Amino acid sequence: MSETVLETRNLSRHFEGLAAVDGVSLSCRMREVHAVIGPNGAGKSTLVNLLSGDLRPSAGRVFLRGEEVTGFAPPRISHLGVGRSYQKTNVFLPFTVFENCRLAAQSRLGSSMRFFRPARRYRAVSEAAMRAIEQAGLHRQADKPVDTLSHGEQRQVEIAMALATEPSLLLLDEPLAGMGAEESLQIVELLKTLADDHAILLVEHDMDAVFALAGTLTVMVNGAVLESGEPEAVRASRAVQLAYLGDEHHE
Amino acid sequence: MSHRYQQIALLVAIALLLVFPLLGDRFYVQFVTRMLIMVVFASSLNLLVGYTGLVSLGHAAFFGIAGYIVALYSPEAHAAGFWSSLALSVGGAALLACLIGLLVLRTSGIFFIMATLAFAEMLFYLFHDTSIAGGSDGIYINERPILTIGGWVPIDLSNFVHFYYLVLAFAAAVILLLRVILQSPFGKVIVGIRVNEHRMRSIGFDTFRYKLVCFVIAGALAGLAGYLSAVQFGVVNPEMLGWHQSGSVLMMVILGGMGTLAGPVIGAFSLMMLEELFQSMTKHWQLLTGVVIVLVALYLPRGLAGLLPARPAGNGELPSAGSSASRSASSNTASTGGAPAGVQDRV
Repeated sequence: MSETVLETRNLSRHFEGLAAVDGVSLSCRMREVHAVIGPNGAGKSTLVNLLSGDLRPSAGRVFLRGEEVTGFAPPRISHLGVGRSYQKTNVFLPFTVFENCRLAAQSRLGSSMRFFRPARRYRAVSEAAMRAIEQAGLHRQADKPVDTLSHGEQRQVEIAMALATEPSLLLLDEPLAGMGAEESLQIVELLKTLADDHAILLVEHDMDAVFALAGTLTVMVNGAVLESGEPEAVRASRAVQLAYLGDEHHE
Repeated sequence: MSHRYQQIALLVAIALLLVFPLLGDRFYVQFVTRMLIMVVFASSLNLLVGYTGLVSLGHAAFFGIAGYIVALYSPEAHAAGFWSSLALSVGGAALLACLIGLLVLRTSGIFFIMATLAFAEMLFYLFHDTSIAGGSDGIYINERPILTIGGWVPIDLSNFVHFYYLVLAFAAAVILLLRVILQSPFGKVIVGIRVNEHRMRSIGFDTFRYKLVCFVIAGALAGLAGYLSAVQFGVVNPEMLGWHQSGSVLMMVILGGMGTLAGPVIGAFSLMMLEELFQSMTKHWQLLTGVVIVLVALYLPRGLAGLLPARPAGNGELPSAGSSASRSASSNTASTGGAPAGVQDRV
C-alpha cells in the first residue's frame, strides 16, 4: 500500500450550532483519487476549507504524512505540499495565465523578500510555471490575461496554479463545475495522469467523472460521512441510494 | 511607436529639469524643489495605495516624524551632519512604520484606513499638545545639515540651486528604486496581494510579512521626503504630520493615477501647480481644487496618468515610468505665475 498523505480524525466545524462538518474521518493515499460526493450543503466545501487551512476546525485533527497540522494557516499548509483549487474561480483575473502560475511557482523560492533581481530572471520559477501550464493544457493561452478566457479555461487555470506549487496532495473543489462535456473529458484525463504521482481529494458532482477516477468514494450527508469505501460497494449501498443517488443508479 | 515617444518625452523632461535652475529664478526653483519632494512623498504612498492596495490615511506620520527627528537632532548653534541626520530620520520613520504596521496591518478595508488615521492623529497631538518640540509652534532648524564626503563639501544645502539638484537626484533615485522593486519577486507579491490576497495565502505566501515590509519601505521613503522638506523650510510643525497632509498626498496619488510610477509625479506636480494657480485667482482656491479632483475622480478613474498611451498588456506588469516626469516638467516651465504661496521658503 502506498503512503498515507492525508488523514483526518473526527474533523468537525460548527457554524453557530450548525454542524457543517461533523466528525469526519478519512484518509487519502499517494496515487489515489479519493472522491467526496454528497448533496448541496453536505459540507464538502467546508471540509476542503478545513484541510487547506482556510477554516479552522471546531474539533478533530488533521495530519499530513503523519504530522499534525490542525489549525495551520493556508501559507503553511501550502508549504507542506498541499495545493488546492476553488469551487468558485479564485485567481488573479487581470494577470496572464503565465503570471498566475509564475506567482504560484514563486512561492517555492522559500522567501520572496528579494528586491533587486527582476522576477522574470528566476528561470527555475518560470520553468515550473510553464510545466504546470502545459500539464493543464493551457500553453496556447499562456500570454492571455485570465479575464479574457472562457469559464472552462479559467477552471483549468485554477488547477494549473495548484500544480505550479508542486504539491503532493491536491484538494480539488468541483474542478468540473460549469465545464462543457469536451473540457470535462480533458480534465478527467489530466486528473488520471496527475493521480500517478499525487494524492488527490476530489469533490465533484459529475458522477461519470467520479466513477472514472475514484479509487475511494466517500458520501457525505448533513456534514457527516454516510458511507465510504470502494466506489462499487458504495454505489451498491442501500443507504446511499436512498439518501443521495436516487433511482437513476438503481437499474 | 508611442513607447518611443514616451522615451523621448522622458529624456526631454529630464533635460528640462536639469537645466531649469540655470533659467528659473529663486522662487520657481524653490517651488519645483517642493514639488520634487512631494513626488518622493506621493511615490512612497503609491507603493501602499496603488500597488499593495493598502489605503493609508496616516502616511504623514512618517513624513512628519522624520522632520522632527532632524530638527531635534540638529544642535542649536551649529550644523548637524547630513549623513547621520538623514540616516536617523529615515531610520526613525522606518522604525515607526514597523511599529504602526504591526498593529494596523491586522485590520483591512475601512478599519485599516481608520487605524492609520488614528495613529497619525495620536502623533499629531503628541507634538501639538506637549512641549517636546515647541508644541503647536513647531521647532526651527537653525543651521542646515552639512554634507561632507571626507572633509569635502560637494553640496551646500543652504544654496537653493545645490539643494534643488540634491532633491532631484533623490527623487530620481526613489523612482528608479521603486521600478526595480516592482519588477522583483517582492514587487510581484505585493501586486498579487492587491489583486487577490486570499489566493496569495493559499498558494503559500504569508502576506502579513510582505505587507509589513512594504509598509516599512513606504514609511522610510516618506521619511526621506519629510527630511528634505524640513531641511528646505528650516522649520517643522505639527501640521507636517496632520491628517491634512496625509489627505493632500493621497489626493496627489489619486489625481495622478494609482499603481503607476508616473502617477505620483504627475499628481504632485499638477496638484501643487493647480493650487498655486487657484491661490492667485481667489481666496476660495480650495473650492476650485476640490472641483478638479471630483472631475478627475468621475471622468478619469485611472487618474491623469490614464491619459498616457497604455503599454501593451504584459505578464501582469503594471505600466511603468513612461513619460511620467515629462508632462509635469514641461508644464513647470510654463510657470503659473502665482503669488508666493503661504510658506516662504528659507532656502
